[in-house]
Amino acid sequence: MRVAQYIERRDFFRRTAAGLGAIALNQLLAQDSATDPLLVRLPHAKARAKSVIFIFMSGAPSQLDLLDPKPLMQKHHGEPMPQSMIKDLKDDLIRGSARVMASPRKFQRYGKSGLEFSELLPNLGACADDLCVIRSFRTDNANHTPAQFLMNTGSILAGRPSMGSWVLYGLGSECRDLPGYVVMLSTSQGKGVCGGAANWSNGFMPSHFRGVSFRNQGDAVLHLSNPEGVSAEMQRGRLDLIRGLNEERAQATGDSEIASRVAAYELAFRMQTAAPDLLDFSREPAKILEMYGIGKEPTHTFGSNCLLARRMVERGVRFVQLYHSSWDDHNDLHKNLNRHCAITDQPAAALIRDLRLRGLLDSTLVIWGGEFGRAPMFEVRRGNTPGKEGRDHHAEAFSMMMAGAGVRGGQTLGRTDDFGYHVVDQPYHVHDLQATILHQLGLDHRRLTYPFQGRQYRLTDVHGNVIAPALA
Amino acid sequence: MVLSNWLVPASRLILVTLSAQGALGADFARDVLPVFEKRCHACHGPAVQSSGLRLDGPEAVTKGGYSGPVVTPGNPEQSRLYKLIAGLDPKLAMPPAGPRLTPAQIAAVKEWIDSGAAWTAAARTKETAKPAHWSFVAPRRPEAPQVRKTGWLRNPIDAFVLRKLEDRGIEPSPEADPATLVRRLHLDLIGLPPGAGVVERYLADHDPNRYENLVEELLRSPHFGEKWARSWLDLSRYADTEGNESDFPRPYAWRYRHWLIDAFNRDMPFDEFTMRQIAGDLIPGATVEHRAGLGFFRNTLSNREGGADIEAERVEQVVDRTNSVGLAWLGLTVGCARCHNHKYDPISQRDYYELYAFFNNADEVNLDAPLPGESGDWLRRRPEYEKKRGELLDPVAADIARLQQTWEDKVRWAADNPGKDHVWERQLELLGLQWEQGYGGGQLEGLSVLYLPHDGRTKRQRDHMQEMFLGRGSVVDPETWKRLGLAEVSKKLVALNKEYPPMTQAPSIVERAHRRRDNFIHLRGDFRSRGIAVEENTPSALPPLPSDAKRNRLALARWLLAPENPLTARVVVNRVWQDLFGRGIVATPDDFGTQGARPSHPELLDWLAMDFREGHWGFKRLLRTVVRSSAYRQASARRKELDTADPTNSLLARQGRFRIPAESVRDAALFVSGLLNPAIGGPSVRPPQPAGVTSESLYADWVESTGPDRYRRGLYTKMQRTAPYPQLLAFDAPDPNLMCARRERSNSPLQALTLLNDPVFVEAARALARRVLIESPPETRARLDLAFRLCYGRSPSAGEIDRTSSYLERETARLAGLPASAAALAPSYVDGIESFVAAAWSMLASGLMNTDEFFTRE
Repeated sequence: MRVAQYIERRDFFRRTAAGLGAIALNQLLAQDSATDPLLVRLPHAKARAKSVIFIFMSGAPSQLDLLDPKPLMQKHHGEPMPQSMIKDLKDDLIRGSARVMASPRKFQRYGKSGLEFSELLPNLGACADDLCVIRSFRTDNANHTPAQFLMNTGSILAGRPSMGSWVLYGLGSECRDLPGYVVMLSTSQGKGVCGGAANWSNGFMPSHFRGVSFRNQGDAVLHLSNPEGVSAEMQRGRLDLIRGLNEERAQATGDSEIASRVAAYELAFRMQTAAPDLLDFSREPAKILEMYGIGKEPTHTFGSNCLLARRMVERGVRFVQLYHSSWDDHNDLHKNLNRHCAITDQPAAALIRDLRLRGLLDSTLVIWGGEFGRAPMFEVRRGNTPGKEGRDHHAEAFSMMMAGAGVRGGQTLGRTDDFGYHVVDQPYHVHDLQATILHQLGLDHRRLTYPFQGRQYRLTDVHGNVIAPALA
Repeated sequence: MVLSNWLVPASRLILVTLSAQGALGADFARDVLPVFEKRCHACHGPAVQSSGLRLDGPEAVTKGGYSGPVVTPGNPEQSRLYKLIAGLDPKLAMPPAGPRLTPAQIAAVKEWIDSGAAWTAAARTKETAKPAHWSFVAPRRPEAPQVRKTGWLRNPIDAFVLRKLEDRGIEPSPEADPATLVRRLHLDLIGLPPGAGVVERYLADHDPNRYENLVEELLRSPHFGEKWARSWLDLSRYADTEGNESDFPRPYAWRYRHWLIDAFNRDMPFDEFTMRQIAGDLIPGATVEHRAGLGFFRNTLSNREGGADIEAERVEQVVDRTNSVGLAWLGLTVGCARCHNHKYDPISQRDYYELYAFFNNADEVNLDAPLPGESGDWLRRRPEYEKKRGELLDPVAADIARLQQTWEDKVRWAADNPGKDHVWERQLELLGLQWEQGYGGGQLEGLSVLYLPHDGRTKRQRDHMQEMFLGRGSVVDPETWKRLGLAEVSKKLVALNKEYPPMTQAPSIVERAHRRRDNFIHLRGDFRSRGIAVEENTPSALPPLPSDAKRNRLALARWLLAPENPLTARVVVNRVWQDLFGRGIVATPDDFGTQGARPSHPELLDWLAMDFREGHWGFKRLLRTVVRSSAYRQASARRKELDTADPTNSLLARQGRFRIPAESVRDAALFVSGLLNPAIGGPSVRPPQPAGVTSESLYADWVESTGPDRYRRGLYTKMQRTAPYPQLLAFDAPDPNLMCARRERSNSPLQALTLLNDPVFVEAARALARRVLIESPPETRARLDLAFRLCYGRSPSAGEIDRTSSYLERETARLAGLPASAAALAPSYVDGIESFVAAAWSMLASGLMNTDEFFTRE
């Protein structure tokens, strides 16, 4: 339905623009909303969230060592896994040799709510009363790429529009000088994201809905800086020339598409101006930088991304996704977790606190989690060197956290069995999370559809229910 | 055989007796059929047959649904129908909504089954046939309609277009000016703007056939194939990598692109083109050039990761192949019927798996497919290679042969004994996933070869199986392995193979002769849930295969091309129309089903389809017909009155005006600046892109091409699925993981940043400036004139001259005071020109290459 509106609007614009000639064209350019495919659109219902920050822990963090304590496992550490639990396992090798791997981590209660976090997440623990920890997620595939696609695009197959694209398509962008959907990457180990750019793809939607990646090297946005030798004034001069030539062409052809083109160039120029300001932390108080761990290792890069996320949300960016890879610890899990958490715990917590301090947490939905969880057994194939054990992938149960924008913090939802293998209470699926994110933005995941090759597609396919208990 | 009759099992005897006596109490017509009518027919009746089941006639008993029979006469407990209505299946109960059936109703059904399930009701009333959807009725050649303004007609296309306009009192647009026509023809037919002087020569040409002559010249251009190959790359989701996490390279994917370019350039008739792409291996006397067309099917994604379920991955590929034939030839979204009957179109899940069956026994294979001039050199080096290989392997040949035999036996054993031995299962899995890993070999190709008898393997297959064995076969006998030093031998062999790379390979498929896979319905789209058996067949709503046809891909290809087939010709001419007008006669080229758009000019579509087929499927002939029409030659300028009456221009009262495709944006910039390397075909290249783009995906790297390879057309840019080339993506090149029949055309600030600041375009602007300064007389007016003619195929207007010359003055003055800027921007030294002047021209050139007109086809 939304597409129909969109097309009608474009046609309306065509009709008016061509009818009114060049003067009107200039006026329309001045209020370039009419030519802007990212024009702000009304949601289906009242929105609790204006923006989303999704802290995507790529590679699958070990929920058993971070968020889902299983004291009973200690007693069985090293024993064979109960066969009843793993009887459905397809892999004969694992089924035959799986042994219980208890977490060596101490868990502690935090905040008024007394939520439990492991010793690896003291800073996020301090945000307990803002966080809703859901321990009962499951997903459809235990390989990284399809599971990441499922989380980010709603399908295990590559090529679907990502969540941020759906949100921009549904709501447009509030931001006049930055992209509405931004992706930032960081890493503990020099590896990129499985499936790469398909995770922030526009899929079958037009490319203006695509996630724009802000990069750590070179230009923050590809080709953002002027070529060598071109000053800002020269760039403005060049744009004025282009605009003038375009306006002459618009008169000659009557084509209002040219106005859209001019608007896109103006937005590009505003991005060039706004981005340096966005990236300039010099006016942030020292204690804020310190809170995010900026200027010291190992937190500097991820901390900078977190602070950038806040600064983007302040400027109206709709959907920010931070990818941190890779939590895929088949071996040497304990040592690696120390590192991942040393990098991410403080900045992620700082982001939540900072948003709260500025009153932005009420309108910003923060999500933390990966594409699936890790198994309660010792890894069998790789990384079984004594002292360097790891955990394999686990799709049956994993934990995610949410905060802000109408989320009821200070609670855990769902329960897994004593080994964290299966969900035993309040099971949720990835599509439920997607439905909930859209719901907080005022979008009904069943009504937000896009026509492609004869079908009305949805982010949640034909599934998904809003996780009502998570919401205030 | 009296004896065997006598041995009928007792239960059946009773049943027969009971049926003979009639029902025990429940009367079928009175007690059972009304239950079906009231509670079941909404989903299992004349209109809808969920899971292939209909409960309104005797086939309810004789056939059942996709999971097989649902009634076992005489045995309710064995009957799925009874189990589901009685709630005996914990996973599923029927009806799925509303109250359960009453105990009396359930008892009646039970009694009916118990007593033999005879369908004694009268035959159901004949269903009133709905008129078939337009696209399912074969086209007939329509008469060209009568029009008043006959002087406008150049060919029948014009009559169809004009008649619609006259009916609404609309005049067609005047013919576009000649310069626009020349540029339009160039962009449409070869994807490049006209070269220097082409427009001028055309304007000076007084031959009344100058237009037709230009069309012929462009149809003969070797760049023609480059332009038209692109849409088939989109349809088949072409990329140079395999997708998924590792996204390994496919070093020979380009061979299919090469084949396409060649096919279009040689004007291969579309029927031949179709047969080679769908069934090249089955054409009698097929050569490599026939079979290279099957590369169409090799653009599905592959997964080479350990842990990947090899059968699940294979099924996904077959699904993709089935769907791509549905899209590219039938214009139908058949994939919707993978899990359930199509919601809108008359394609059942059974139809889907019957179509799927054509592809289910095709195995991936790579063929030696050298380009002209390649094999001589390869053959010359071969004896040397064989000698070195022999020196390496001969001393241990007998041991290797013996061990390899055991290894192969055990891997085959593992295939037949799943779950028995994970070590050998792993060997099996690896052989299935990683044949020629890093060399783009076929998925499961290793397993296909494993089942070929030794003497049935090609030399390359024998060699490679040996290499696979040496690479990972130590498990067969670790001690002997160590004693013979086979690990070292394997390492040396790998190094030797690097030194003597294989000749160019063509990714292809081949029909398997042995161990053919069963075909069955995948219940709910899950291949692990086997439904009833099916065999190769075409969708039942479309004309049948000839009854004597062998059910294979060749028959499928012929069926697609048969005169009765209502879709293929229409779907293809519609896509061509879309390319030449910016919008198809059917605006949804990917959906000719009931949810798709209706044709704006149904008779025109049919006329074109018939003319295409009856014109021996000549592709260039089709293009020639369209571009010669008056309809095509119209101006594209907007007309105020039409923007209200026909905002989408579906009546074709003017030509389309639209942005050129992503590849052409690059090509145009390189071409007008003189940088373009016009080489045709061959492997993909890696033009410069900012550092770090590919590292956003897991393992990719991007080693920039050097020399002339940096300036190839966009078509040749390596497509990495997990990190596609940013310029192409920014301009709406389709996601390489999806089949695409219609590209989006968006406007975004990233496009602006790319054209303004991307070093590729900055370099092009500098080169254009240099070209203008060198080639033009020194006056500013003359230089501006050349720059405009190169960029837009026309001279500047007075207003444009004012605007650009005052811009030049300003920038020249500015840059005179900025020597560092001038040095950075100016093209390499041009005789007698100050660098700040040259730098100002670079800026102007960039401006000209950033206007809407530069990347718009008018």
